[in-house]
Parts: sequence; structure tokens; C-alpha cells
Amino acid sequence: MEYPIFEVFIRSKNGLEHRHVGSLHAADEEMALENARDVYTRRQEGVSIWVVESKHITASNPENAGELFEPAKDKVYRHPTFYELPIELKHI
Amino acid sequence: MKDQLYNYLLMLGDNSMILGHRLSELCGHGPALETDIALTNISLDLFGQVRGFFRYAAEVKGGEATEDSIAFLRYDREHYNCILVEQANVDFAHVIARQFFFDVFQELQLKQLVESKDEEIAAIAVKSLKETKYHLRFSSEWMKRLGDGTEESHERLQAAVDTLYPFTGEFFHETPLEKEMKENGIGVDLELIKTAFDETVSQIFVEATIKMPESKQRMVKGKYGIHSEQLGFILSDFQYMQRAYPNMEW
Amino acid sequence: MSKEINLEEKFQARIDAGERIEPKDWMPAKYRKTHIRQISQHAHSEIVGMLPEGNWITRAPTLRRKVGLLAKVQDEAGHGLYLYSAAETLGISRDEMEIQLITGKAKYSSIFNYPTLSWADIGAIGWLVDGAAIINQVMLTRTSFGPYARAMVRICKEESFHQRQGYEIMLGLAQGTPEQKAMAQDALNRFWWPSLMMFGPKDEDSPNTEQSVKWKIKRKTNDELRQQFIDITIPQAEYLGLTVPDPELKWNEERGHYDFGEIDWDEFWQVVKGNGPCNKERIAARTKAREDGAWVRAAALAHAEKKEARKVEKKTAV
Repeated sequence: MEYPIFEVFIRSKNGLEHRHVGSLHAADEEMALENARDVYTRRQEGVSIWVVESKHITASNPENAGELFEPAKDKVYRHPTFYELPIELKHI
Repeated sequence: MKDQLYNYLLMLGDNSMILGHRLSELCGHGPALETDIALTNISLDLFGQVRGFFRYAAEVKGGEATEDSIAFLRYDREHYNCILVEQANVDFAHVIARQFFFDVFQELQLKQLVESKDEEIAAIAVKSLKETKYHLRFSSEWMKRLGDGTEESHERLQAAVDTLYPFTGEFFHETPLEKEMKENGIGVDLELIKTAFDETVSQIFVEATIKMPESKQRMVKGKYGIHSEQLGFILSDFQYMQRAYPNMEW
Repeated sequence: MSKEINLEEKFQARIDAGERIEPKDWMPAKYRKTHIRQISQHAHSEIVGMLPEGNWITRAPTLRRKVGLLAKVQDEAGHGLYLYSAAETLGISRDEMEIQLITGKAKYSSIFNYPTLSWADIGAIGWLVDGAAIINQVMLTRTSFGPYARAMVRICKEESFHQRQGYEIMLGLAQGTPEQKAMAQDALNRFWWPSLMMFGPKDEDSPNTEQSVKWKIKRKTNDELRQQFIDITIPQAEYLGLTVPDPELKWNEERGHYDFGEIDWDEFWQVVKGNGPCNKERIAARTKAREDGAWVRAAALAHAEKKEARKVEKKTAV
């Protein structure tokens, strides 16, 4: 019998987003939060913690990476450098 | 007054030291990796508190005294911790019940010590209080988990509570030293603590579906330096290096 | 050409290009198996490694040493946890891995089957054993499997204090009283050779090395890593004024490396096979922790379930 797995996200300081730092085992959400505090913030790594049971995460399939992500490749017009303006122009 | 303050600091530090020692015995043997790590964190916090109290005690005592001479070179009768904290790690239920009773008491004690007229003690209390609040959260949650968990865990926790609760009365027995400290505005009012202690403990017992033990409080005198048979064994481990290799730097 | 071969070629091409492999990516069955084996062994080594050092926590000589050692052994629990998590992404549970450990199916680093007999052993382990481990682990931060590499980055960051702590303990002893110096020398005598064995068998006796290099699990061979360790460590021993217990040890100007004596490979294999001084005790301790913890984990799960049920009940009542 084993505890379910939780994914842990930590905000290292205010102003930054929560980032995935790893996973752990816990019986429920409360225990997962406590465990995350004890396991992943021993060196002042965080000011805020999110935990979510791994089974609740839906992930994209790497096999579909082509159709999912490659179409964005040639959309260069989404980037500022696509647009040519005279160099003397400032603040634009 | 200097001697009294010194002894009072020992009393405050010894509870943390002996309980920290008991928890340190568990490092590497916990019921799950995550819990192992959590118990060690508590042990580390407690030893941090010990160092706070004993460094100050060394200052008060003066001369050659250091945090280590105080921690490692006293005889058993010169330890003033309550008997509860030296009780063995019989099983995880005992570990949790012992921790829970101590945390409830210690949080209340520290809340008063924050207001101590002695600024050093107040400063140590401020830092320790934050740590202890977390310990209490941890141990209360586990009280509920074990009490409300399976039949086996309920029985084990009830047995641990039945054994350990009768040691908690010692927290509230006011020694002459504690009375003096209270009257000088340095120490705490144990009577006030007792009321709040009873309230919190009963509340968690209800949530954990644990029955209040019927057995009477034990007649124990740890605060006077008269301990259970277990302390000698703790100290023979704890002091081994300093006794076997005296007067060396490590 | 079958589809499988094609996939394998593509896979190898990704690794050759320095790409990282992530858990849901296609991978050859052998890659998965090898990683489960290696990562879980690595995790077991962290967890079993807590025991010989944990042995001295209650007897640490000063408060400063005690908290340092406690924090270090605790880190090892954390590192075991990170590594188990990395292995779990490959479809094995921590529970299964633990069972493999206590039934002797999985191995762990043999160094932890040696006893810690004095406080100096804590210094020697930190200095030598962690020193040897770091060499291996720094290499692994660039390994091809993403979760393993990420766990190693975290571990290396945290572990940097471990070796310093060990060396500081040794330094204190080496500069201390004659008893302390003798204690330090004795620890070095006992831990030197087992530390060299940590890098595994000689390259010619290490059948997995070639495949591991190909998959970038390894970037250097056992012998290369061992030599690197010796070259780094000898000057540190000299600084301590301690003698490395190897009469054949000497600097080879031509090679630019230290030459060293032959490792007792018979001892190595005996310990690997379970006949070391403490194999039985280590496994017994892990088995006991697992069994003593079973009712605790069952209780926590039962409570979680009841709590969830009460939540649902409340909702439907409203």
C-alpha cells in the first residue's frame, strides 16, 4: 500500500511564478503540502507552495509534438523583428 | 539571581535537547521517507533552540562555560527536563503523542516567553515560537490521522496516549525556581498555560476520536533532576565522545 | 527495415545531438530498464547510506557537529526521494523499488556495507565517499534522461556542503591530539580502498560501460573516474598529514597521474554479493523501517479516504 504521488510547485519569491520542482508521496493534499515544505524548502527555496496529485495532470503526447508545436515555427510575423522599420526611429 | 537564571535556562533547553535527541534516533528509520525528513526537521529546530538557550546560559555562567560544556558535561541529576520528553520511541504513535503533548505545552510557554522581561529569552522565544507552531500543526495532523485512521492505528495511539498523558502534569507543577522566574517577569504562568493546554488537547482528542485517559497523573520530578531510568542511557550515548575523549576540540 | 529499428536509430540520433529524453518519449525497452535499474540503485544507495552515518548522530561530539550531521543525513533522505521520483516517471513504483531493495534483488553502493566505528569515520565518509560520489554525480547532471539529470542537478547543489563538512571534521582531528590523529588515520585506512571500489569494476570487467557511454548515462569510464578521484584526493590527504594506505602510490610524471596499487577485487565482489561486514544489518534496518511504517501509511490513507467521504457527504447534504 502506497501513498499517491503529488507534483510540487514552488514560488521562490514574490514576483516570480510557481515552478515545478519535483514530486513526492502523501496520503492527501494537507500531507502533501507539509511534506513539500519539509522536502523542498529546507534551504529557503520558497515562499509559496502548490501541490497537485499527479493523476490530475493532463499531459500532451510527445508523439503529437509535430502537429502541436511545429505549426508555430513559420509564423515569424508574430515576432517584432519581422517588421522592418527605419533604424533612426526610437522607442518603437 | 544569576544562578536561578542559569538553572531556568537549563530547564528550558533540556526539554528541547532530550526530545531533539529522541527524534534524532529516528533519522533513517521513519515510516516513510517524507516523514523521516519531517521528523529530522523538528529535531534540527529543537537543537537550534537548545543552542540559543545554552549559549545564553554560558554567558550567564561566565568563565569557561560554552554551549557544549553545558550540553555534554552535566551529570544526570543536573538535567531539568520533564520526564515526558525522555520516553522512548516505542512506535510512531508514541513518537506523535509525545510530540503533540510537548508541542501544545511549548507553544503556550513560548507565547508567554515572548513577553519575558529578559530580552535574550524573549528573542529566542520569538524564533522558537514560529518553529513550534509548525511542529504543533504537524503533530496535531498526525494525531488525527492515527486516531481516525485504521483500527490498529487508533488502538496504538490510544495506548500511547494512555501511557504518556499521565506525564503531562509535570509541565504544570510549578517549582520554586519557576515561581521566582514568574514573579520576576522572566518566566511563565503555568496555571494559565494549563487551562489552554487542556482545551487544545481535548479538542484534538475529539477530532482524533481519542478518549481522555482515566489514569492519574504520575508523581515525577524531572524538573528537580530526578529522572526516569531512560535518561542515563540517553546521556551515555549523548555524552559518549566528550566523556571518552575529554578536553578536545571537534 | 522494421519500425523498431528505425525508432531506435532516431532515438540514438537524438541522444547524439545532445537532446534530453523525457519520460513520455519513445525509448528502447533496454534504455528504460537500464535507467530504472541505475536510478533505483542510486536511490537505494542514498537511503542505505543514511544508516552508517546515522549511527553517529546520537553520539556526535558537539552541538555544531550534531546539527551538521543531522542535516546531512536528512539531505540523503531527500536525495533518495528525488531519485525514486525520477525512476517513478519510468513506470515503476517506489514500493516496488523498496521491495527489490529488501529482497536483495536491487543493489546499492557497497561502501555502505562497511561499519562506522569511530567519529572519524563520519569525517572520512564525508571526505572520501561523498568526494567519490560527487565525481560521479557531476557527470550525471548531463545524462540523457531528463528527470535523472534534473535530480542530479538538485542533488549536486545540495551536496556541496557534505564533502566540506567531512573534510573539516578530518582537519580538526588531524590537527588535534595524538588520539584524534590516530582516529583519523585509522578511518582513512579503513575507508580508502572501499572508496576506490565505489567506481565499480575495472573497465575490462565492466560489460555495461559501452552501452552506458552510448546513452550518455556515463561520459567517462570507471577507471577514468577512479583516476580522477585519486589525483584530486592525494593532495588533500597530504594536507591533512595523513598517510594513504597504499605503498605503491606514487606520482607518475609521464602519465601526469598517480599510480596506485591493485584493488582487492575479491573483497569487492564478496561485498557486492552480500557478504560484506554490514550487508545483513543494513537490509534488516530498511526492512524494519518499512514494516514498522506499514500501519502508519495505512492509517494515513484510511484517514484521507474518510475525510474525502465526509467532504462528499457534506456537499450532497447541501
